Amino acid sequence: MTDFARELWAYAGARKKFWLLPVLILMTIFGGMLILAQTSAAAPFLYTLF
Amino acid sequence: MRILGISAYYHDSAAALIEDGRIVRAAQEERFTRKKHDASFPSHAIEFCTDGDYASIDSVAFYDKPFLKFERLLETYLAFAPRGLRSFRTSMPVWIGEKLFQKRNLLRSLRRLDDGKDWEARLLFAEHHQSHAASAFYASPFERAAVLTLDGAGEWTTTSLASGDGNRLKFLRDIPFPHSLGLLYSAFTYYTGFKVNSGEYKLMGLAPYGEPRFAQHIREHLIDVKPDGSFRLNMRYFDYCTGLRMTNRHFERLFGEPVRRADEPLTQFHMDVAASVQQVLNDVLLRLTRSIARETKMRNLCLAGGVALNCVANGHILRDGQFENVWVQPAAGDAGGALGAALAAYYQHHGAPRAVSPNTMRGSYLGPSFEQQETERRLRMAGARFSVCRTDDELLEKCSTSIAEGQAVGWFQGRMEFGPRALGARSILGDARSPAMQSTLNLKVKYRESFRPFAPSVLKERASEWFALDAESPYMLLVADVHPAKRREMTEAQKSLFGIEKLNVQRSAIPAVTHVDYSARVQTVDRETNPLYHALLSKFEQKTGCPVIVNTSFNVRGEPIVNTPEDAFRCFMGTEIEALAIGRCWLRKADQDPALRQNYETAFVPD
Repeated sequence: MTDFARELWAYAGARKKFWLLPVLILMTIFGGMLILAQTSAAAPFLYTLF
Repeated sequence: MRILGISAYYHDSAAALIEDGRIVRAAQEERFTRKKHDASFPSHAIEFCTDGDYASIDSVAFYDKPFLKFERLLETYLAFAPRGLRSFRTSMPVWIGEKLFQKRNLLRSLRRLDDGKDWEARLLFAEHHQSHAASAFYASPFERAAVLTLDGAGEWTTTSLASGDGNRLKFLRDIPFPHSLGLLYSAFTYYTGFKVNSGEYKLMGLAPYGEPRFAQHIREHLIDVKPDGSFRLNMRYFDYCTGLRMTNRHFERLFGEPVRRADEPLTQFHMDVAASVQQVLNDVLLRLTRSIARETKMRNLCLAGGVALNCVANGHILRDGQFENVWVQPAAGDAGGALGAALAAYYQHHGAPRAVSPNTMRGSYLGPSFEQQETERRLRMAGARFSVCRTDDELLEKCSTSIAEGQAVGWFQGRMEFGPRALGARSILGDARSPAMQSTLNLKVKYRESFRPFAPSVLKERASEWFALDAESPYMLLVADVHPAKRREMTEAQKSLFGIEKLNVQRSAIPAVTHVDYSARVQTVDRETNPLYHALLSKFEQKTGCPVIVNTSFNVRGEPIVNTPEDAFRCFMGTEIEALAIGRCWLRKADQDPALRQNYETAFVPD
């Protein structure tokens, strides 16, 4: 997980998108809550494709 | 230096291996797992490409950058919030549970192949359109070329323009998501009741039955095209940014009909819609390629990305004459990204010099092949009854005779093709002169929609006598008209027919491959690249005076193209294919054990 965080930090630096990190954290928490709240994680129609 | 390219996790997973810049092997995972468009990690394709020799792999290149794609996803949700909650709810679990950690997942899968190797130090990531562009340019026969890539969407990019020179590939500009020609075409694929990401061919095949009466409507409301071919979509009519569908109710109101359900009949309306979007696509691509020709002053053009599989548009680009040569990557879709990522790693990351060759792509015959003895052993195990021809000539005599008698013949020879088209290695062949062949192959062999056309293979040296085509089309990615001298004039009554009724009119000397608008998706067959298939066409010409045969992929609707002799035998026994040539093995349906017959009509989920 630390590797992942380090890579994400490096990525945000390379793309100059640090502003995206808090959004990412919030959305990840929100998304994580949604995972816990639902019984199945059906693949979405479009974003599996694109 | 050996580089393994991988595409996976979205659709059409594949692996490709290059050695010192030479393309050695490539295959799609679906051919091994028998799941159409299989998106899983391509362990079977990697096993085939490497023969299990992982120790000598210097680099592994993945075709896409997952963080960049996730960035696009998040920014799209933010831009449209609070709309898109439903889409967010469905996509987040997949991303947070899996796709965001693609590097970890890739490494885990690679370690399953070889636990002792330091894969992490060797793993590289290319951008999606960088992979497409590299697959188009580095595999092309050109030292210098303009490179255009178009698809639904990569990470952000949907359309990119680059210029290639030697081992360098310089990106000049791009058009970002959500403005996408691929997604525009997919929206119409969805609207006309076909599956997104597989039914686009059907929409293209449907277009010649219609009149482009909605083309102006599309230009006025859906897409704003600038003189240089850059464009913006009017997102008011599309749902793919925030919803789980491609189009919305505004789109339906605009055209006056609801989305067609897959089980509903196709009407003239759907054909007109197909013709309209095809015309718009052609126009936008011509504007793009004309501006690219002006800007880059290049004489050669390379194309890749899913939209480059639209061979009708490719034919227009070629005939427009802005470029002397047009080369389309035969695996233009995401499977080809595996090859492109490997080539990008070799030339761009490692900076290796490039030696241009006229056939770097090796005819796209990059997949598995089977020795004669192995083929015989496998067929015996499957219960097949067959004879073995002593010479190639004996085999060609049997095949050409069967085809000339109007039979559907399975043709399984040499290395499997890489990419979606069968090019005479895993093909079903038929007599292009037969007026009944088109409907027989559609309904009794392929079990697919009756409107769908078939493509011709023609001897390269005879192509210009039979088709209005001055260039090579070895990968079946250019559409050209049947030569006027080979056409048959329709009566006034026949001309007044509409839609599919027109298909049954014999419009040329090769009706099985002549679409209603006299067009054909031509494959020119070269003696050097595929000598046995060339010899078969020559033998057929000696017998009949016609150097053209029907060539369709060796599968049924919804089935991946056959990979092994067993796959071919099963498909043979499940359809009305009457004879089958695998290597020098010759199988006739009448000789087979009836107990081995299968029902292939419902064996696969229709695509």
